[in-house]
Parts: sequence; structure tokens; C-alpha cells
Amino acid sequence: MESKRASFEGALEALGVTVSSTSESELEAAVTEAVTEPAVGVALDETVGDGTFSLVETPITVDPTPAALREATTGVTGAELGVGDYGSLVLSMTEQASELVSLFVERHVAILYEEDIQPDMDAAVAELDERFTETNGSAIIATGPSATADMGALVKGAHGPKEVHVIVVEGED
Amino acid sequence: MATADEIRELMRTEGAAIAENTQGFNTGRYDSVGDLEDYEDLKRAARGIKEDAIEELPELLDQLTETVEANGGTVYIADDAADANEYIRDVAHERAADRVVKSKSMTSEEIEVNEALEADGVDVVETDLGEWVLQIADEAPSHIVAPAPPPFNEQFDPDEPLETAAELTHFAREKLGEQIIDAEVGITGANFIAADTGTMALVTSEGNARKTVAATDTHVAVAGVEKVIPTVADLHPFIELIGRSGTGQDITSYVSLLTPPVDTPVVDFTDDETPLSEFDSDRDFHLVLIDNGRLEMRDDEQLRETLYCIRCSACSNSCANFQSVGGHAFGGETYSGGIATGWEAGIEGLDVAEEFNDLCTGCTRCVNACPVGIDIPWINTVVRDRINRDKEAPGEWLVDGLTPDEEDDGAPLQKRFFGNFETVAKLGSATAPVSNWLADTTLARQTMSRVLGIDPRRDLPAFERETLVDWAGDRDSQVTNPERRAVLYPDLYTNHVQVERGKAAVRVLESLGVDVVVPPAPSSGRAPLSQGMVATATDHAERVTEALEPHIADGRDVVVIEPSDHAMFTREYERLLDESSFTDIAANSYEVFEYVFGLLDNGASVDSLSTVTGAEIAYHSHCQQRTLGLEAHTVAVLEECGYDVVTSDVECCGMAGSFGYKSDYYELSMDVGDRLRTQLEDDGVQDRPVVASGTSCLEQIDALLERQPRHPIELLAT
Repeated sequence: MESKRASFEGALEALGVTVSSTSESELEAAVTEAVTEPAVGVALDETVGDGTFSLVETPITVDPTPAALREATTGVTGAELGVGDYGSLVLSMTEQASELVSLFVERHVAILYEEDIQPDMDAAVAELDERFTETNGSAIIATGPSATADMGALVKGAHGPKEVHVIVVEGED
Repeated sequence: MATADEIRELMRTEGAAIAENTQGFNTGRYDSVGDLEDYEDLKRAARGIKEDAIEELPELLDQLTETVEANGGTVYIADDAADANEYIRDVAHERAADRVVKSKSMTSEEIEVNEALEADGVDVVETDLGEWVLQIADEAPSHIVAPAPPPFNEQFDPDEPLETAAELTHFAREKLGEQIIDAEVGITGANFIAADTGTMALVTSEGNARKTVAATDTHVAVAGVEKVIPTVADLHPFIELIGRSGTGQDITSYVSLLTPPVDTPVVDFTDDETPLSEFDSDRDFHLVLIDNGRLEMRDDEQLRETLYCIRCSACSNSCANFQSVGGHAFGGETYSGGIATGWEAGIEGLDVAEEFNDLCTGCTRCVNACPVGIDIPWINTVVRDRINRDKEAPGEWLVDGLTPDEEDDGAPLQKRFFGNFETVAKLGSATAPVSNWLADTTLARQTMSRVLGIDPRRDLPAFERETLVDWAGDRDSQVTNPERRAVLYPDLYTNHVQVERGKAAVRVLESLGVDVVVPPAPSSGRAPLSQGMVATATDHAERVTEALEPHIADGRDVVVIEPSDHAMFTREYERLLDESSFTDIAANSYEVFEYVFGLLDNGASVDSLSTVTGAEIAYHSHCQQRTLGLEAHTVAVLEECGYDVVTSDVECCGMAGSFGYKSDYYELSMDVGDRLRTQLEDDGVQDRPVVASGTSCLEQIDALLERQPRHPIELLAT
């Protein structure tokens, strides 16, 4: 477990993605600290799993209007999986519009349960294969910020976010 | 075919940018795949998946159609570009679309869907920043993955002139962002489509493909029929390989795995009252699969492999010629680089492939770079052969006698001259030195230039009167109790031109206790093969096998000095000979330093050779030798003999057999060579003697440097 997480965080660092960690009980504070306002978000129970907390006590507008989304600097969503050796996040595409919230912003804050970190891409794809077969789902394997070299030099923040921050939620033990 | 003038102009205007991009991506690829412990396994897995998928393509297309329809989408299999465009125009028309936004897709370039939609008055916007720049500049794309300088200040006259890459990117993002949220239809490509779930993978970095799908209510995915793979699990090796092979990124920023129609709500981006989740996700999905010649390619034993291509551009970036001229010269209607010959021949026809096919020299550097292991040089050779056979006959007067080949009369005279070089070499040695004097006269060079297109700036090889075979025939073996017995293959150049290196090889092998014979043997067929004369090359292969087979049966190993001939025996002959003949010669052939390495490794003493203490040397290995993994043996042996070795790492010297002799390509050949020259004149290298394994490389280095290079075997002879 520790090595998966270490390799995941090492890969994130190499991608220029910042990471913080927290427990479930401190999550709201961690999210508040990670966002740059104005911030919008997706109701977490849709994307993170057991729904034992919400973003109500944070400065984040949950389930915003399209206009609010366009005004927002930060978008907060859950991540389904992390991929250890690549530092990738697997982002789901739900009816709650997590795809829009993670994409149409400058800063994406992703909340990921430590137990959802997969050791490598092989394991992550196997997991997705299983889920897609069951649900006909879709997902984005997002690795670092959006980027382009088309304007003559590498620039972070092409059509998608230019900053990504991952909050790893540690299990209570 | 690009003329010398066109190539010169391209190198002048675009050369520097092309060189920087391609070499940067190529270096990145080496670094990135170097980090993968299971790189070769992943390539094998990817290859296997593609082989199976193309084999089962009709069944997979049926399965995919069923799955996509069950998911709520529509599948349309289009016979050709017109058929596909008609369908897509209907979709746009029914949706009453004013604007279509597109993410980058080579297949949509192939069918020219933009033009078709624009003719209906639809505003088509490319959302990939590089493609958008090209669209603004109204230029046909020449590349699969590469940047271009943006003319935003001229086109849009912004308040503050845009200068940095960050400013330009931000401007494009804002401008395109407005257009994306205002569009009705989003067109994407699809890198892979899994038949089991209907999930498609889209590999991008900017996020524009995500926006194109998320912000529109009608999604049209355009892809060649060959993009279908059996399952989602099969995506794994491709996800790990495609970015690394292309731009040298371990993975691109986004790999979208979409099982359309996707659940993301279709929102009105101007709405400031309704929460996102209250919009519904009513979205139409159309998967347009394009045949356009692909199913015929599938039935074509030689072109079939082309369909395994995942369009990563590794073959372009690893190609020495492409690094100099780029896709405007080395490309057809849509596709560029080595594999483009297969695509353009299959989709457009031989005439389009002919325009650039000669730029593949068969150096094979793309073969190991290709993530699905396509034998790209072979596809180029086959297409060249077909182009040759399509031609009218050249003048009989020169063909007879000098070109005793197996070809129909179609092959152009220049190709047949180089393809039959063995005849020239035999005649040259038989009449040397007179032949050399005659060939060097102004009149002769003018005639060669005019009739055969041989560039007068190249030095011609000087033939030796006494061939290696003659020399060896007149001399007795120096070994009494041999450790091993070998037949040294008298390749064309060693036998007639570089005879000294042949003598050196015999002496080195004898010093290590090997009994050596050098029997007469036909040339390997490399020369005709590189001219696309497959039947002639096959005839050579059969005669070489006949000549060497008794020696192999007699327990002799085959030792080869010329790497391009060794590569024939161990690689290309597989295409030309029956399986057992090929196995027989391939399994028993060794490149000369590979052989010496093996002898030393098995107990022979390096003290029998000429050794030094720390003498500095520069070594340039041969392209085909490196593809076979045989560079290391030469370096190891030289080091064991006491040399301090630095090696070049350019993909090819640029000479590539006859290529650099041809007037049309002389300057390109020298431009490619210039990269090698730079390395050999680098600090710490500039004073080192140069050794090189290939005949062509030696000739090229001789032309590039003041220092005269030698074959490394000459250093070892006592």
C-alpha cells in the first residue's frame, strides 16, 4: 500500500501536480484550503463512494449553474482511481456533470481515496474493463494538467485546467 | 516525386523546425520507452491484438455495431470518403447545425469532411490548437503530431500583440472556448474502439476532444474500420505505448474512454439559473467507420500490416530523411512518414505513393520504433516494386547486358543500374584500373549524370583489380588445428572495392583460430531490393543460398563484413526464401564483430589481436546493424582491445546505398550526413580516428570529414 502511494505521489510531483492528504473527518478543511475561489464542485456522494460527508460547509458551490461554472476558477470532483506508476487520475463522467466541472476550470481539485490507488496501468485498465462491462460507463484517464506545445513551447493549460491538485483521503486506522 | 529543387527549398524553409521537432520527439521516445521494463512485451501484446483484430475484422465490426446500437448510438460503415461525408452532412443537416467543432483526426482529413460540411454552409472549427492554426492559415496539414507558428496577430489584431507561447495559447483557448460551447455537433476521431462494450479511446493532450464531446449534443466519431479491437482490456498496451512512441510523453494528458452516448448533461452555457445536474443528457451518437480501401488492404498480403498502424508517428520521427524534409516531401494526400506509403498506396493509389516512396531508404530504423512492429521498409519495397512494374519500358539499348535481372521492363533505368551493381563491379574489377580512370573522366560523369541521374559531386568507388576471392584463392589457410571453421562472405564491396578490410577480416579470424575460406558467391540482393526489384533480389537470395549451403552443411559458420548484407541474410531473406532455406542461412550467419565477440567470449585470447592502451576512437555503427542489436558487439570488442570508444547516435549516415548518389537526393543525403558530421566534429571527438561498419557509411564519412574512416576490423589485424 505504502509503495503504491509513494510511487503515485512521486509521479504526481513529476507532473507538477500538488498533493495533500487528509482523513475523512478533516476533508472539508482540506478542500477549503485547496481551492482558489470562486469554486464549484460536484456532490461528492456521486463520485467518491460512501457519501458520509458533503461540501456544504465549504466555500464551494455544489452543482452550479452553467454560468457559475464559467465564472469559476476551481472545480472540485472525486476521482475513481489513481494509477500508481503514471500519476494518472481516473475521472468518471456522471449525470452530475463531473466532466464539465473538472474540465471547464483553471484549477481542478480531485479527491481520491487512498484505497483506490492502483499499482499500475495494467491494474487500472483491468478494473475499468470490469466496470465498463457492467455499466457501459465512460471515464477519463487524466495525467497532469492539460498541455500543448503547438504555440512553440510547452504551455500548461490548453483547453483544460492548468493546475491540478489531488487530495488523498487516508483510511481511518 | 519531389525534385532536388523542391527538397532544397523545403530544407531551407522548414528544415530547422522539422529537425528540432522530430529529433526532440525521437530522443523523447528513446528516453520514455527506456523507462518501461516490459517495453518489448507490451509491443508484442499490442502487435498480437492488432493481428487478431484485423484477422477477425468482419466479425468485430458486426459485434461493435450491435453493441453501439444497444448503447443507443448508430453505426454507419462508409465505403469511401464521399459516402462518409454524405452521411455526416445528413447528420449535421438534421441537427440544423450552424457550427461543427472537431478534435484532431487524421481519418477526417483523409475524407476531407471539413470541405464537405463547409459547402453546406456549416462553420467547421478545428479545436486542436495546432490544427486551428493550420486552418486559419488555410494550409493542408502535413503532419500527424507537430506544431506550427500561429499568425494570430495578423488575423485577429488583438489589443496587445501576442508574443509568448503562453499568451498565444491563452488567446486560442478563449477564442476556441467560445466557439465550442456554441456548437451543436462535435466530431472526434477514435484511436481505438472496443467491440465488447463500444468504448472508444481518444488520446489527446489539450482537452479539446473532451470539450468537443461534452459541450455538444450530437457526437460524430469518425474512424477507419481498422481501429476496432476486441475488448476494453486490450487497450492496456496501447495506452502505455502510444504517447511514448509518438512524442516521447509517458502518457498524454488525457485518454478519454468513452462509451457513447456519454452521460454528461447537455447544458446551455448561458443559463444562470438551472443547476448542471438538472439538464438532461440527451445526446445523439454516430460512429462512422470508413472503409475507403482498407478492406482491400486487408486482403492484400503485403499491405495488410499497414492496418496495424496506430498513427503514433514514431516512424516519421526516427527516420533520418524525414528529420530533414518532413511531411510535405515525405507524405501523400493525408499521411506522412514511412508508413504513409502503405496508407496512401491502399487508400489513394500507387501514383500518390510514388510521389514520396523513394524517400524510404530501407534503413530499418523505424522497425524497432514502431509499437506494433510493422515492417515498414518492406511495405515501401513492395510498393516500389509495384510502381516499377506499372511503368513503361526504358530504352532497351542500355537495359540489355548491364541489367541481367528478373524484372519486367518497367523499372526505371536508374533503379535498374543500381539494382544490377554487381555487373558493374565485376566489369570494374576486371578492367581496373582503366575502368576507374574512364569512369572519372568529365565525359563519363556527365553521361552518368544525364542518363542515370548519378550526382557528379559524389566520388565513385574505385575498383580493385585483385578481388578478395582471387586473393584468398591464391593463399593457404594459416590455421592448422582450427577452433572453428568459417566461410567469409565476399560481399560486393569487400570483394571489389574495400578489399583490404576483407583481408583484415581473414587475418583476424585466423589469429583467433578460425579456418577461413572465401568462395565466390553472388551479391546478396541488397542492391536490387533497395530499388524495389523484388524478383531480382529473390533470384540473388536463392543463388547465395545455393553457394553457401554446402559450406554450412560442411559445418562452417557464415561471417559477413557488410552489415546491410548480414541484415539481408538474417532479416529480409525471410521474405524472399522458403522457411527452411531462410532459417538455415539466418541461424548460421554472423556479423564479423558479432563473431569475434563470440570467439573471445568462448575463450579465444584477445592477445592474438592487435591491441592498444586507451587509444581514442570514434565509432559509427550501421543503421541496419543497430536495428539487429549488433552495435554493442563492435563496441565491446574494441574496448576489450583497449580502445576508448565514443559512438554516434544518429539514425542513419544519409548515404543509404545508392540513395546519396542520386542527383535528386544528393543534397538531402548531405543534410542527413551533416548531423553525423556534427557529432564526429564535437569536442573530444574531433581528433579521434573514425571507424564505421557499413560501406555506405564509410563513403559518406569520407565525403563529410577530412579524416579518412576505416572499417574497425582493420584495427584488429596484426
